[in-house]
Amino acid sequence: MTHSPIERVAFATPPAIASRARGLSDRALAWIFVTPTIALLLAINIFPLVWTIRLSLTNYRANRAGAELEWVGIRNYTRILTDGDIWLSMQATAHFLIWTIVLQVAIGFALAWLINRKFKGNDLWTTIIVLPMMLSPAVVGNFWTFLYQPQIGLFNYVVSFFTGIDPSSFSMIGDVSLAPWSIVIVDTWMWTPFVMLICLAGLRSIPDYIYEAAAIDRASPWRQFWTITVPMVLPFLMLAVLFRGIENFKMFDMVTLLTGGGPGSTTELTSINLKREAFEKWRTGYSSAYAIILFVTVFGLASIYVKALNKVKQR
Amino acid sequence: MSGYSITEASPRQKWIAGLLVAGYTIVTLVPLFWIVATGFKSPSDAIAYPPKVIFTPTLEGYVNLFTTRTRMNPDQLEALGPPQTWYDGIVRQYDMVISGPSRFGERFLNSVIIGFGSTFLSIFLGTLAAYAFSRFKVPLKDDLLFFILSTRMMPPIAVAIPIFLMFRTLGLSDTHLGMILLYTAVNISLAVWLLKGFIDEIPREYEEAALIDGYSRFQAFYKVVLPQAATGIASTAIFCLIFSWNEYAFAVLLTSGTAQTAPPFIPTIIGIGKDWPAVAAGTTLFLIPVMVFTILLRKHLLRGITFGAVRK
Repeated sequence: MTHSPIERVAFATPPAIASRARGLSDRALAWIFVTPTIALLLAINIFPLVWTIRLSLTNYRANRAGAELEWVGIRNYTRILTDGDIWLSMQATAHFLIWTIVLQVAIGFALAWLINRKFKGNDLWTTIIVLPMMLSPAVVGNFWTFLYQPQIGLFNYVVSFFTGIDPSSFSMIGDVSLAPWSIVIVDTWMWTPFVMLICLAGLRSIPDYIYEAAAIDRASPWRQFWTITVPMVLPFLMLAVLFRGIENFKMFDMVTLLTGGGPGSTTELTSINLKREAFEKWRTGYSSAYAIILFVTVFGLASIYVKALNKVKQR
Repeated sequence: MSGYSITEASPRQKWIAGLLVAGYTIVTLVPLFWIVATGFKSPSDAIAYPPKVIFTPTLEGYVNLFTTRTRMNPDQLEALGPPQTWYDGIVRQYDMVISGPSRFGERFLNSVIIGFGSTFLSIFLGTLAAYAFSRFKVPLKDDLLFFILSTRMMPPIAVAIPIFLMFRTLGLSDTHLGMILLYTAVNISLAVWLLKGFIDEIPREYEEAALIDGYSRFQAFYKVVLPQAATGIASTAIFCLIFSWNEYAFAVLLTSGTAQTAPPFIPTIIGIGKDWPAVAAGTTLFLIPVMVFTILLRKHLLRGITFGAVRK
């Protein structure tokens, strides 16, 4: 076993002198440093979570705090899992999740691939390209309602300019068939740079000599792309998908302000549905059970996914 | 061909790639340009069809954003005499007078207070924890780190239900302190993970040398590690600040007056008479700091958005 210089010094010094010279022991310092963070997380994350579990077994309503609490067991859970509306919002979430990921991966990877051609000024473009993703989703969602206005909106104008369709004949956030796509477009606009950045890091991590060796072996560019580029970027890409997946499963702010879940409940993602149950209908017990179900879903899916990701990494 | 390399793209390929990327960037920036431009339009220009790219700029949107106005009949206006200030003049065109400041200033200030407060607290706690995780043998280290990260997976609305009840009981609803604590709890996972990465990169030898020179462990942390980690701490701080600045879900559920931040307020501006230029003006003022910070952060951007999982 090798020891660092400090450890060797520490061993050579009698314990009493050492502790005086070094002040607090490392162990004490470690505790002092970690405890506040853990305490804060216990108070603001874990304690509420436990409370949510407790509430989910009751019929508590936050707007009638004085009413008598009744224990209902797992009735809230069975009601949620058999409720058609909740399955509808699960479907809306799935549509949103799948399409945003497909589009962002396709466009983001293509952009990263292009930027990796290392043309002049690529650093500058990368800096500017990422701006949308850092902005407040709520404020952005709110402003896109203006761009989506049927008669005066820029989006409708541009669409009509290129296709000749009358700009007042369709409403992105008002039509049942278009609204689910309106949120996909805004999310893709915002978050494609995120996927792009991660893919770019992946592409830049591939050493040049691999391609050189492949070229010497007369592998075609097409083959090089599928046997070198894609497998080596895949772990990065999967990480990007994990982040986007978790974020979009939780999506609330941008969609609330853009469509508010409407028209009807076509864009009512689970978080929006949950907010309605918890803070408009005030079914606190019921929505606590709903919250737990969502948390278990996202946590379970993420764990399975991380296992797959680790397998890909090890290859 | 001289200087030909297999891995280097040919000049022509570079040109095409450059053009495509530039094209994409310009298209995605159009909505942002539109926001900024709309802020300087008059209400009628803002809703003109076809959309106006060239227009006479006016500060009406900004004036409307910061003030509340009342309509007056011509006689009353006559009695008031000529407008005293330039912003009075803008409002008079519509037979109105300024009756006072709007809530926007307060909300913006709340965003600043809560943003900086929670950033300071998360960096303070996060640096200590990150140092301990990086340098000491902490029991159950990996589990604790994973626990810290997993708090980020909860949908905010799910957490908001018990927090709403907890804050109501403790009297923290709609207070700056409550929001600062809440945002700190959300940000701290990012702070710990990012800062641990930055501190891991500082060679242990520096501290060991300091310890041999007679520094205590705490002095070594304070005088050697902290200055070395300064850039990392600064970029982590900016990430925390941007998060608190942008946050909406907790803000809209837990604040209504005193501690309300700008994101839940900006959408309410539109309720007052479809005033798009004022909304755009508020949006512009709100987004500019984030854009500046993003440009400052560009080197550590990737690290920040992936919780330190990807480093360049």
